[in-house]
Amino acid sequence: MQITGARMVIEAFIAEGVDTVFGYPGGAIMNVYDEIYKQSGFTHILNRHEQASIHAAEGYAKASGKVGVAMITSGPGFTNAVTGLADAYMDSVPLVVVSGQVPMSLIGTDGFQEIDAVGISRPCTKHNYLVTDAADLPRVLKEAFYIARSGRPGPVHVDIPKDVTAQIAEFNYDVELDLETYKPHTKGNPRQIVKVMEAIAKAKRPLFYLGGGIINAKAAYEVRDLVHKTGIPAVETLMARGVLSFDDELLISMLGMHGSYAANMAMSETDLVIGLGVRFDDRVTGKLSEFAKNADVIHVDIDPASISKLVNADFPIVGDVKNVVNEMIEQSGHINPDKYESWRETISHFDELHPLTFHEDTDRLKPQWVVKRVGELLGDSANISTDVGQHQMWAAQFYPFTRPNQWITSGGLGTMGFGFPAAIGVKTACPDKISINFTGDGSILMNVQELMTAVERKIPVINIILNNNFLGMVRQWQTLFYDKRHSQTDLSVQPDFVKLSEAFGGIGYRVTTKEEFDFALKDAVEKNIVTFIEVVVERFENVMPMVPSGGSLFNMMLLEKKETK
Amino acid sequence: MMTENSERRVVSVIVVNEASVLSRITNLFSGRGYNITSLTVAPIPDSKYSRLTIVTSGSVRVIEQITKQLHKLISVLRVYEHADLVEKEMALVKFPITENLSDVNTLCEAYNGKIVNVGENVVIAMVIDEPKRIDNFLAVIKRYNPKEIVRSGAVALER
Repeated sequence: MQITGARMVIEAFIAEGVDTVFGYPGGAIMNVYDEIYKQSGFTHILNRHEQASIHAAEGYAKASGKVGVAMITSGPGFTNAVTGLADAYMDSVPLVVVSGQVPMSLIGTDGFQEIDAVGISRPCTKHNYLVTDAADLPRVLKEAFYIARSGRPGPVHVDIPKDVTAQIAEFNYDVELDLETYKPHTKGNPRQIVKVMEAIAKAKRPLFYLGGGIINAKAAYEVRDLVHKTGIPAVETLMARGVLSFDDELLISMLGMHGSYAANMAMSETDLVIGLGVRFDDRVTGKLSEFAKNADVIHVDIDPASISKLVNADFPIVGDVKNVVNEMIEQSGHINPDKYESWRETISHFDELHPLTFHEDTDRLKPQWVVKRVGELLGDSANISTDVGQHQMWAAQFYPFTRPNQWITSGGLGTMGFGFPAAIGVKTACPDKISINFTGDGSILMNVQELMTAVERKIPVINIILNNNFLGMVRQWQTLFYDKRHSQTDLSVQPDFVKLSEAFGGIGYRVTTKEEFDFALKDAVEKNIVTFIEVVVERFENVMPMVPSGGSLFNMMLLEKKETK
Repeated sequence: MMTENSERRVVSVIVVNEASVLSRITNLFSGRGYNITSLTVAPIPDSKYSRLTIVTSGSVRVIEQITKQLHKLISVLRVYEHADLVEKEMALVKFPITENLSDVNTLCEAYNGKIVNVGENVVIAMVIDEPKRIDNFLAVIKRYNPKEIVRSGAVALER
């Protein structure tokens, strides 16, 4: 059929099964918004800032496992979205982001709201397109969705000049894609898998090192199966929380800078690292030369460039984690779980020595208690988003995750302001689950305008603001490494968070006791509208354990021992 | 890793011949802190592809990352990290016509070249040889007061 470029965008979205688009209109994208007005195939959610649109699409994608879609205008609309694109790129989140561009005749003339969008998005997307002819749009959009979700997922940006959205051309979406230059390698080398299973059978102290790639590959339940069949203990990265259930006996905990003592010690003592969908991030490894020093390394990843980038892989396998893990399960018959009994005991001993815990030794509430309490009250019924900082680490350490896609956080880029819009996307994708956003008094103000989106569209995100009147994580570093010079991190002057939420039409609570918190959370769940629960917490609480930046995993700063009551 | 030796490498990249593909490649190098000593690019006849020849340097690990990261780009068809190759580079040099032209010409001949243009005040000489030999040539001709030198960057084919 012959339709406009603008209409093609709508038709492509519908053909891809898109049900929600997050966005913000503007001059260069108006033709497409006109078509959005006329259609009923999907819902458009108007965020109040383009960055929030991208994060909402990310939250939607991470919670649903589908491609997230966002739409923005040219110039400032696009530049506002860049942080979101970079965030999605770092965390391998499948997105298609369509932006308007000035008409072709104005490109290069410094036109109103013109910016070289593809020039800017190039280093922070998996791929991008500037569409110069409407006839190319069906193919480009189809490629964009395919590239976003296949291989190592990532954001794809499609920039469309205004005159191209008005141009009429043939639309046929039913075409075979012919991407000669892009063929992700999904099947692991069978001979290498045999060798890997031999290495595992020989190892005395093997350790699963589970990463976010497992969630992207929708392989969490296969990994659970493999872990249980082999009896080999596992550590999770920040992005892998929920791959194993919190109560799984073989799950040690999160490893890395704020990983548990047992997880980091296990990684330091293991003789065989079995890395699945991981990338050996510096926040995980600490000092590289000391990381898993005595171990051989198995590394399974869909992205060949991730393998041996930082840590040399003795057994590299390029492939989709789900395929490879299924192969490994089939060949795991000769592995006897009893063999690792003493290794599991060693790890239990580490955990008894320095368990992941906290002390309730101040008048004010402890932030860790809040996270634990939400876990006790809501557990599996909630999806958990976070912003970035101390609250994020406490949420990762103490929330009882039970399933993949339950945990939505900004890992690689560490984007403050991610949590609230992401939680809006999460709630949109999973309306039956409660959407919690753990945030801090610093982070929440970075996309606080989303209160309006949540109120307008009746998206009942519950924001739990762990308020310590500090940019807590930076304050922690200043306390520990900058001789307590708390430069520009004291947030004593703050808005009234309750009134702030109410001003937009949401509800708010300020709580200082456990009883007040329980009441506020239960009440918020019942009222089912967007909420701020400001929890006044201990100001100087530090996230522990901590591996100082660049230090070895086994050299952790630990929680001071206290007599437990 | 710091102790690993940096070595010169020639990498050929076959890319889809489309707008902004060159910036995808150069962005990758600058963004990840890799070196480009020289880069040449031209379309491959009768195809929708172009071929880039990039001379770079780095440790074994860095070179491996360069080829992997290049291959990860959606527009890249193939990446060859050459071991055994024929490599050539061209240089054009402008000399004052007052220099000893027979000397210049003889030197050029030793490097597969000759004088290719004679003007009122200057002559232009061309040489084609391996990049290392081009270095030698350019060192030798210093005494003839070259006014301008342009190098093409290397092109290479696997043997």
